[in-house]
Amino acid sequence: MPSFNIFDIAGSGMSAQTVRLNTTASNLANADSVSATAADAYKARHPVFKSLQAALSGSSAGAQVQVSGITQSQTAAQARYEPGNPMANAEGYVYSSNVNVVEEMVDMISASRSYQNNVEVMNTSKDLMLATLRLGQ
Amino acid sequence: MPMPLDSYLGIHPQALKLSAQRTELLAANMANADTPGYKARDLDFKSALMASGAASSAAGSHLPMTQVATTSSAKHIALDHMGSGSARSLYRVPLAPSLDGNTVDAQVEQANFAQNAIRYQASLNFVSGKFRSLMTAITGQ
Repeated sequence: MPSFNIFDIAGSGMSAQTVRLNTTASNLANADSVSATAADAYKARHPVFKSLQAALSGSSAGAQVQVSGITQSQTAAQARYEPGNPMANAEGYVYSSNVNVVEEMVDMISASRSYQNNVEVMNTSKDLMLATLRLGQ
Repeated sequence: MPMPLDSYLGIHPQALKLSAQRTELLAANMANADTPGYKARDLDFKSALMASGAASSAAGSHLPMTQVATTSSAKHIALDHMGSGSARSLYRVPLAPSLDGNTVDAQVEQANFAQNAIRYQASLNFVSGKFRSLMTAITGQ
């Protein structure tokens, strides 16, 4: 009978991909945000995944995945000359976010596919376990 | 008197156990599909089944897609951490490793997972059939 560990493993994958989708949503929502200084401009965020080594987490064969942190993109914020903008600084420049919209869309599709993969694993394992429960009937 | 039920069920309980273990490994591979540096793992089903003492003869062979996981230093975490009774896991040899050191190929894992699920269900059907014929013999109907 497949052990209940599979639900933990697939669940960890699903929550990790959810964090990834959350950062993508935040990045896309703030793609057009502007601010008065380059330091205050919105920086694209990306999660860092790390596998929880089985030897450390317990006796199971499989490794769960965890989000070890969120990094901020170091790409320089772009300066735009918009003297009419209320956020503009003394020289008339505003600093927009460094979000790459195309990159974020691709990331979103990848996260969605990975999430679906984990759901599929969970469903199949659930079916196998239910079939095992019905053994001999 | 030794219980003849184990020999009656044949190879199938061992195959079920190994399939279950493989399901877990493949699930971990898919959960870590986007983890940098994660190395995909799998079982050599045939030799694992033979090692469990269930198979009669047949020459042993290694899966062409895997290589035995080894440590290069005594200070590394031991790889044989899966406890007694479970098979050793091997690292998959990647077809196209990605730049971040991840060797999970989602399509390969999906295909293996589907195959493994079918095998598990087949073993389950065999065991189920054995039980049914046993019940027929007992009740005599």
